[in-house]
Amino acid sequence: MSLLEVENLRITFPTRTGPAEVVRGVNFTLGHERLAIVGESGSGKSQTGRAILGLTPQPGQATADRLSFDGTDLRSLSARNWRRLRGTRMSMVMQDPKFSLNPVMPVGKQLMEPLTTHGTPKREAKRRALEMLEAVQMRDPERVFRAYPHELSGGMGQRAMIAMMLVSEPDLLIADEPTSALDVTIQIEVLRILDRLVADRGMGLIFISHDLRLVSSFCDRVLVMYAGRVVEELNAADLHKAQHPYTQGLLNCLPQIDEDRHPLPTLDRDAAWAG
Amino acid sequence: MLKIENLEVSFDNGETVVNAVRGVSFDVKQGESYGIVGESGSGKSTVLRAICGMAPTTGGRILLDGKPLPDPRTPDFYRRVQMVFQDPYASLHPRHTIDSVLSEPLSIQRFDRRDQRIAQALDDVGLGQGFRFRYPHQLSGGQRQRVAVARALILEPQIILLDEPTSALDASIQAEVLNLLERLRSERGLTYVMVSHDLAVISHMCERLLVMEQGLAVEELTRADLRARRARTDYTTKLLKASAGYTATE
Repeated sequence: MSLLEVENLRITFPTRTGPAEVVRGVNFTLGHERLAIVGESGSGKSQTGRAILGLTPQPGQATADRLSFDGTDLRSLSARNWRRLRGTRMSMVMQDPKFSLNPVMPVGKQLMEPLTTHGTPKREAKRRALEMLEAVQMRDPERVFRAYPHELSGGMGQRAMIAMMLVSEPDLLIADEPTSALDVTIQIEVLRILDRLVADRGMGLIFISHDLRLVSSFCDRVLVMYAGRVVEELNAADLHKAQHPYTQGLLNCLPQIDEDRHPLPTLDRDAAWAG
Repeated sequence: MLKIENLEVSFDNGETVVNAVRGVSFDVKQGESYGIVGESGSGKSTVLRAICGMAPTTGGRILLDGKPLPDPRTPDFYRRVQMVFQDPYASLHPRHTIDSVLSEPLSIQRFDRRDQRIAQALDDVGLGQGFRFRYPHQLSGGQRQRVAVARALILEPQIILLDEPTSALDASIQAEVLNLLERLRSERGLTYVMVSHDLAVISHMCERLLVMEQGLAVEELTRADLRARRARTDYTTKLLKASAGYTATE
């Protein structure tokens, strides 16, 4: 059985000129695998990720014909049941640690929070928090444990946040551009941590990214979103065989170390793609 | 044309001293596009800021046409050398129209025909007159970065310093802005110094590049070296490997 099933997901925001639909009928299922959702700004990829966790920002409205996680219908979940799922069985890594970590709480305490809230004893929570900081390649986990977010660099903050989301060992992780703010060399270390969790523990991963080249080397499957719709679904290894002109255009317009194409091909958007 | 000799930059807040740039030298020829690549904290942006007089230079020299740059920089320097910053959301004043963003450098430098120059600059970056009296929040990221390029170009400088000009933009918009920068360079014989963390962007735009790590220059490569993966240091090899994509093991 799949871990997550999404059918006809729609997200609407009211605007002065009437409702604007930013996600328009997205369908997919997720097993214990690495699924990428790729698209440019405004394609609806982040909103799709947030809606799965019931985090569509007000006054937005998310509706779906089916939205189920491990057999639980997420559409009619009470606030209390949401709290039981979020942070323990499913969690989300956001793009920017500056806005997602609590600035007035030490990192260690934030790491222990999802565990103690759900009943883990403090000593056990601390041990697991330190273990997780080590797992995300922090050089001095004890120092990071006591540090406040402003005392960490951007890359360390990002890894602290990833540690926070993984400490409860979720079954589903939604990672929204988790490595875009990181240097390439650290980025690969962080991806290896995620990779290990999928391989060893059978975690399901939704990896939201704008970076086609990265997801083609890291993920199993790729959904390409444009204007609120999935325009193409591919095996990551077959990305170069993409059929849709948007996917092809997106791949073509990236500069390559080995290619001399001046000027670079640009993307001519066809109104029909948004259809 | 632009020569950097043993440049050192340190930031001293009274308690701790951070040596952001520790003895970097390079030489940019007229009409060349020179790249600086590195990860965050490597000091690559600080080098650009030091050239502009925006970072405390504590050692070494910066020479423009063989002459050391005056400190503080004179208006004449900014006439010749302009900078485009990374974040088009932060680098345009939110309450100034595009017209006033573009007319400010003209009035500081006492240029004539300001009206025509603004119109021309907007056309040159492919925006057109319709954008002239808009505010930055009415523009997309790519349009804002075009305004930032127009602001740098409007003084007809010889050298443009580009600090990650496309890293905040979507891939398709990045391609448009890179094409714009290349076209302007060939039309006007501009000299670029471009900083980026993206080796593919630098390889596309620059004939030569310097790899920096933790304030030091690691090595200088030509575009051909980069394509042939002729890196002499482990660090550059590691960067090249990382930029090729994800690999499950070392």
